[in-house]
Amino acid sequence: MKAKVNGRVRELAEGATVATVVALLGTPPSGVAVALDGEVVPRAAWDSTAVPEGGAVEVLTAVQGG
Amino acid sequence: MDDPLVIAGREFRSRLVMGTGGAANLAVLERALVASGTELTTVAMRRADAGGGTGVLELLRRLGIEALPNTAGCRTAAEAVLTARLAREALGTNWVKLEVHADERTLLPDPVELLDAAERLVDDGFVVLPYTSDDPVLARRLEDLGCATVMPLGSPIGTGLGIRNPHNIELIVARASVPVILDAGVGTASDAALAMELGCSAVLLATAVTRAQDPERMASAMRGAVEAGRLARLAGRIPQRFWAQASSPALDR
Repeated sequence: MKAKVNGRVRELAEGATVATVVALLGTPPSGVAVALDGEVVPRAAWDSTAVPEGGAVEVLTAVQGG
Repeated sequence: MDDPLVIAGREFRSRLVMGTGGAANLAVLERALVASGTELTTVAMRRADAGGGTGVLELLRRLGIEALPNTAGCRTAAEAVLTARLAREALGTNWVKLEVHADERTLLPDPVELLDAAERLVDDGFVVLPYTSDDPVLARRLEDLGCATVMPLGSPIGTGLGIRNPHNIELIVARASVPVILDAGVGTASDAALAMELGCSAVLLATAVTRAQDPERMASAMRGAVEAGRLARLAGRIPQRFWAQASSPALDR
């Protein structure tokens, strides 16, 4: 199935969760936050939140700025 | 002298809030942050796979500096609210420097989106520090919504043009009951000192230090300027006069 991850369409395995997507990006999970279709998914719910077909996942982290 | 900056009940000894953008690398940034004496420093939120600028949270943690996430790059209230919520989740803080930019060319705050976002974030329990234009009416509206500070620009972000409308900054200070933090436009130490002399409670800057030829030395200059400006404000300056007033007694009296 396909979902948008940080603006890029990606092919994900059926049943992929938010945790799967974070692991896919290879970023260290500390200091990272995830939104699914415009809503924050708390870290505790990453494993249990499935990414739906056509869903939009944003994975953000803090960087130098401001 | 015990003269702390108090934001939402938290005390800071330093009145210089730093940003982390623009530094050539983390080592340069570290030396500048230490020289500045800052206790509160902004970070931005970006897509985790975009690369660049990471490691900043670890640096701030090691230096004992509080990270203040911003919503830079957001163009609408909805974007800013989501970014603030993501920052709260990622960093474990409910403080946010709220920025909603109208366009890339000026990076001026969009007042309509800013007010909307501020209201939603205050309602959601955030401590909101909004980057705003130097409009005293808008500053008042932000305070009335429950923002913890108001942070007017001296001039557009990164321009180093200093404080273009000092009278507006004074008007904002005169009416505000929350700390006024001059945010953006500082080019050199005298700009930071002026902000404090006008009555600002603190100064927020990044570019003036991080892109200076010697960031560490400029950070030290800014620290001194903020302290000097604060002292001058508290000391009470003399009124400006048109004619000279002798400071030495005349010879024949």
